[in-house]
Amino acid sequence: MTILDKVTALLGEGAVLEAGTDRVPRVAPGSPDAVALLLGTAHQEGWRVRIEGAGTWLQSDAPADLALTTRRLDRVPAIEPSDLTATAEAGIGLDQLRQQLADRGAWLAIDPPGLAGRTLGSVVATATAGPLRHGFGPIKDHLLGVTFVTGDGRMVQSGGRVMKNVAGYDLTRLQAGGFGAFGVIVLVHLRLRTLPRADITYVLEGAREDLTQVGEDIAAAGLTPAALELVSPALARRERWVLAVRLAGSPALVAADEAGLGAASGGGRFTPLRAEEAHAFWMRLAEGFAVRPVTFRIGGVPTASDELLDLLQHQLGDEWISASPAAGAIRWTGDASIDRLQRLRRTLAGLEVPLTLERAPWPQRGAVGHFGAYREGVGPLVAGLRRTFDPGGALVVATEGT
Amino acid sequence: MFPTLARDLAAIVGETHLRQARAERVTYSMDGLPTHRRVPDLVVLPGSREEVIAVVRLLAALGVPFVPRGAGTGLSGGALADEGSVLLVLTRLNRILEIDKNNRRAVVEPGVVNAKLGAAAKPHGLQYAPDPSSQSACTIGGNVAENAGGPHCLKYGVTANHILALEVLLADGSLVELGSPGGEPGGGGPDLVGVFVGSEGNFGVATKITVRLTPLPRAIRTLLADFSSIRTAGEAVSAIIAAGIVPAALEMMDQSCICAVEDSVYAAGYPRDAAAVLLAEIDGQNGDAVVAETEVVTELLRKSGARSVRSAASEAERERLWQGRKKAFGAMGRLSRDLVVQDAVVPRSALPHVLDTISTIAKNYGLVVSNVFHAGDGNLHPNISFDATNPTLKHSVEVASAEIMATCIAAGGTITGEHGVGIDKLRYMPLIFDAESLGAMLAVRRVFDPDERVNPGKVVPLHACREWVSARPRAVA
Repeated sequence: MTILDKVTALLGEGAVLEAGTDRVPRVAPGSPDAVALLLGTAHQEGWRVRIEGAGTWLQSDAPADLALTTRRLDRVPAIEPSDLTATAEAGIGLDQLRQQLADRGAWLAIDPPGLAGRTLGSVVATATAGPLRHGFGPIKDHLLGVTFVTGDGRMVQSGGRVMKNVAGYDLTRLQAGGFGAFGVIVLVHLRLRTLPRADITYVLEGAREDLTQVGEDIAAAGLTPAALELVSPALARRERWVLAVRLAGSPALVAADEAGLGAASGGGRFTPLRAEEAHAFWMRLAEGFAVRPVTFRIGGVPTASDELLDLLQHQLGDEWISASPAAGAIRWTGDASIDRLQRLRRTLAGLEVPLTLERAPWPQRGAVGHFGAYREGVGPLVAGLRRTFDPGGALVVATEGT
Repeated sequence: MFPTLARDLAAIVGETHLRQARAERVTYSMDGLPTHRRVPDLVVLPGSREEVIAVVRLLAALGVPFVPRGAGTGLSGGALADEGSVLLVLTRLNRILEIDKNNRRAVVEPGVVNAKLGAAAKPHGLQYAPDPSSQSACTIGGNVAENAGGPHCLKYGVTANHILALEVLLADGSLVELGSPGGEPGGGGPDLVGVFVGSEGNFGVATKITVRLTPLPRAIRTLLADFSSIRTAGEAVSAIIAAGIVPAALEMMDQSCICAVEDSVYAAGYPRDAAAVLLAEIDGQNGDAVVAETEVVTELLRKSGARSVRSAASEAERERLWQGRKKAFGAMGRLSRDLVVQDAVVPRSALPHVLDTISTIAKNYGLVVSNVFHAGDGNLHPNISFDATNPTLKHSVEVASAEIMATCIAAGGTITGEHGVGIDKLRYMPLIFDAESLGAMLAVRRVFDPDERVNPGKVVPLHACREWVSARPRAVA
């Protein structure tokens, strides 16, 4: 009896999808319970399982006996506009979720890199925040709770559905950015905002150092943009670097910030984008990080942003880069060898700047790892947590690399 | 307890910083919760990070359980140490090590008092936003352990949103560095800072804490609205949130609380005949925007049925309005000799119904319940005034508290929003988490502390956990 036969007997024919190019059987459980059943069986049988969402972000190339995709977990059991909370299954595409929320006047204030149909579970598991991180914080700040299934098929709930919650340890934070190493996220409780009544994007082109100064002036002037993003020419498809400022919120707040923007622009002239232009600009930026082979993020203190951008340029070339200088977050995409990535991670670790490999073909990913160059004492804790939540090592995740 | 332990601890911290006499130890037998009392075997007050490390390594070598404690202002019995345990008091580690204005962060020792950090940040145009009501006494280390909140967390977030990195001393005496100075959540790995914050001392002792500071608001408007019913006040809260405005704070007090405050030295001028008052604060960096949003909020309050809406005309008046709110728990001391400050969270839309039910529960048991809470978050604080020397009343308080928790859970809420589980709410944990999820928590705890020696008996009810295996192999200290 093949693995596929066993899975079909377990979950029914409807759960088995067409395999990808590497011919690894692809299974799409239709419920959280089915995920638990599948992983419980995988644990007992010794199958190696890779986790997939829509297959638009992380490459579907990890060596495995089985690919578990969450794409049939696409229900939205609850949207509560009056409480500004929602509960969604992990396999729903962000584009669909956004639309359903907008229909109820609600907004999930995240704009992660990737294609529009990228799943919610993928975004949470990889903690990939986009430019809105500047105004609304990292992915974890938008989570109220998650339900996940461990590598041996146990279903665990953490957090809840309310705005504040300190009941028990916060395992939600372990899952946000855990890259699936501690289980497969199946359900997410979200913190929402009301759809901004005003939402406008301004762009300013110029030399990188000038734009960095403008960014600092904007902060010093007390403006509170939703996003303040410095984008490399290649990624922005412009001649020069671009500073993009998104103002979103109440009309009063946006109007006040618009008035202050001119004064803070250092003599340059911000250009407002029409709504469709702004949409296209931010979408292009998000999608740009899903097309090149390697994408990583680094996080330093804000005053180190310039130095870190120089370092990236020096070590890897001035590829496609986007930075939230005030948040100290920089994302790079392009092509890079294992050796270069490892050297860069070591160099950055010396500066206390972590490098998180977000996506890369398996050879790089497996060798470099999503994580690495841990600070003192972290390695044994991560290993212990990994063993706790995946005791048989069923989940194929390039946690630290080889 | 080991016969030489006191001598060895004294050798590390000095005789004057060790409490052995029962009369001295009794001082540490309670925190802010009057219903639980435990007398620790020894109380040790190290004065430096190095002394903390030496103490914890000594305890590890002997296998002695210990309980870290800040200022003891907690409200869940979380910092109580049983017999056989050593209480590790961290209030002497009270230095602010660095304030980095340009990167908006500070590095502090765990015993730094919350308000003192705020005061130190202020000259730099910055603030440490989490502001629990006990902020004049509670410590940042305690805030980290409990994931403390406060009125202004509605806009600025709770402690977990403000911790960038931690140096943690594990129970076995080893040091770990969690997070990174820039605050990339994982610090190159999973978000262990996020896992540590709110773990109620079960994962180790935070010996160095890097916090995020935020710009002080340049403009602030504080409104006091009063209502003829709590339900109407709850509806006003929903209307403001639905309008897309996030006030810095949105606090509610009921009539019992209003009168307690007005009868006390903290009298703030709240109208005694109101069924509820709402304290709404709108702040921001731009004066025009704050004025415009304040006008919108004022209009929403009026439309929602506020009898009057008053704006603080001066900083002194604003401080007076806030003092009444922040000292409300103290003011309730006038009502009776003991006070249980309850803590639960419900969806905002459920506030009117839940408040009605709490009122009915109070009547059923003949108890005085005063509500003062973070309405914008749905974070309730029903406070029960009673005399703990009366066993019948004490029993009624326990039963009524359980019914209040059950009501909040049934409304889709949770048992604690900012006070923690400690020992007080252990019994409620199985009501919101199944055996598998509780087992997972215990398993994570054992990764950090395989012998469960730090703050034993808190947070996770062992009897309710399903068995999990695997953990970090024991390290050599």
